[in-house]
Amino acid sequence: MRADQSRATRLTLRTIALLYLGLLVAVPVGMVFYNAFSDGLAAAWASVTTPEAQHAFWLTIVMVAIAVPLNTIFGITAALSLVRGRWRGKTIVSALIDVPFAVSPVVVGLALILVYGRQGWFGGWLTEHGIQVIFSVPGMVIATIFVSLPFVVREVVPVLREIGTEQEQAALTLGASPAQVFWRITLPAIRWGVAYGVILTTARALGEYGAVAVVSGKIVGETQTLTLHVEEQFQQFDLTGAYAASVVLALIAVFVILSMNLLDRRKEKS
Amino acid sequence: MAIEVRNVSKAFGDFQALDDVSVVVPDGSLTALLGPSGGGKSTLLRVIAGLESADAGEVFFDGTSVSGVAPQHRDVGFVFQHYAAFKHMTVRDNVAFGLKIRKKPKAEIAERVEELLRLVHLDGFASRYPAQLSGGQRQRMALARALAVEPKVLLLDEPFGALDAKVRKELRDWLRRLHDEVPVTTVFVTHDQEEALEVAEQIVVINEGRIEQAGSPEELYEDPATPFVMGFVGPVAKLGEVYVRPHDIDLELEPVDGGYEAQIEHVARVGFEARVEAHLADGAPVSVLVTRHQAAEQELEPGQIIWLRPHRVHEFAVA
Repeated sequence: MRADQSRATRLTLRTIALLYLGLLVAVPVGMVFYNAFSDGLAAAWASVTTPEAQHAFWLTIVMVAIAVPLNTIFGITAALSLVRGRWRGKTIVSALIDVPFAVSPVVVGLALILVYGRQGWFGGWLTEHGIQVIFSVPGMVIATIFVSLPFVVREVVPVLREIGTEQEQAALTLGASPAQVFWRITLPAIRWGVAYGVILTTARALGEYGAVAVVSGKIVGETQTLTLHVEEQFQQFDLTGAYAASVVLALIAVFVILSMNLLDRRKEKS
Repeated sequence: MAIEVRNVSKAFGDFQALDDVSVVVPDGSLTALLGPSGGGKSTLLRVIAGLESADAGEVFFDGTSVSGVAPQHRDVGFVFQHYAAFKHMTVRDNVAFGLKIRKKPKAEIAERVEELLRLVHLDGFASRYPAQLSGGQRQRMALARALAVEPKVLLLDEPFGALDAKVRKELRDWLRRLHDEVPVTTVFVTHDQEEALEVAEQIVVINEGRIEQAGSPEELYEDPATPFVMGFVGPVAKLGEVYVRPHDIDLELEPVDGGYEAQIEHVARVGFEARVEAHLADGAPVSVLVTRHQAAEQELEPGQIIWLRPHRVHEFAVA
């Protein structure tokens, strides 16, 4: 009787979890894939190979290629400094790093316009020197970096705390220089944190819409990333185009996760 | 290599970890830094290794100051209490680390690693990861790793502190033998007086950031310089104003010259000895060690009045 009851509870819990995941994640994502190919593979392929779509694809890649490495280097440095450093104002800096989590992306975009826009703080100076940030690619890069900034820091800090400093001190006494200690001891020890941080940063950079939309000016074929392109196609009732581009976004994410895994496995072997 | 620490002080915020400490460690010796936790002994070891920098004073290796020398250039082997194993490397790579940093030829590294693993009885474990080893095995690996680079000084910070009693005893004997085989100047930190007395040739007692006494285990036990040292390296009883080892007290049933009257509270027979717990006329507790034979002959029992006369006392200059 009791065994039956606990079995029933278990099954109910499992069903609820599956339904939750299914209705909120699996079904919507599945529908995107299904709809992308509802007019056939050829139609989908044609819609993602238009000049606009291709341009959006490459622009997205550029965003990721700039934001992810920069935030990874910044993230590791900041985490090391926050965990190991002895300086005043750490709590304030730590809180600042979390600001992108807390502020709505649209607000981020507007804030960037206030600073870099024509009427903004640096706006005058930038215009004089012929540099356009807002409604142009540099502004979009800045927005992407901003929204995806905290991930590596937040993933690496707890790992650094956990490993402590003894391994590094041991390496020092064995004759390793500080640089050798970093590459041979610290980085391998935090690599899972870094890898996970990179994946999250990439996902955020790929998917960012709000902040980038505000600073981009949404100029077709110029300042349109894939997410903006999806929105644009959707507004113009080109549903195949919108869903097919979404599939491309998802595939990039999958590619990044797989290559991080492969990279790590290769490192383990060597 | 001989080590000399001259007038070293080190504070962490308001806490004075080392206060004008001077010590000489002779070449090739096995020296223990002994003291209660928080007394400054680990800090002293870390200053010698260059892992902490002294606020004042200097450290000399064979007469040359190493104050400005970074830890990676000091040629010291350091063993940590919690092993500091490189978790992402196999035992082999852990031990080879210092040799790889020194860019030794591969064949030489392989040979040396194998030799060291044999020395620490870890041959056959080369391909394991630290997580697959027991605490004692990890610490032996850490020792092999430190010895691999042929350091001029081997420094061990509470090396057996995290191990259980049995393994600790084994490793302690093993370290003693290792030092005979590899006679490198060795300094180890411990809070365990038994460990220090058994293993070390020289003991430096450190308390509250100061050196209480340095000397051979016999000197420290037989001729302690301060009440602290006397109490720390062995059991101690106080009769009036004098300090005495519990086995240096004569127990009489009749009043004797220079004897202190006491009343027995409890008699515990341990092995061939009997420990008599008593209190003096002023109520101060005292314990006396006598042979089991004497306890039986004198028919010692609680409530009995006895007279205690120290036959070997330690008097200390009032500081």
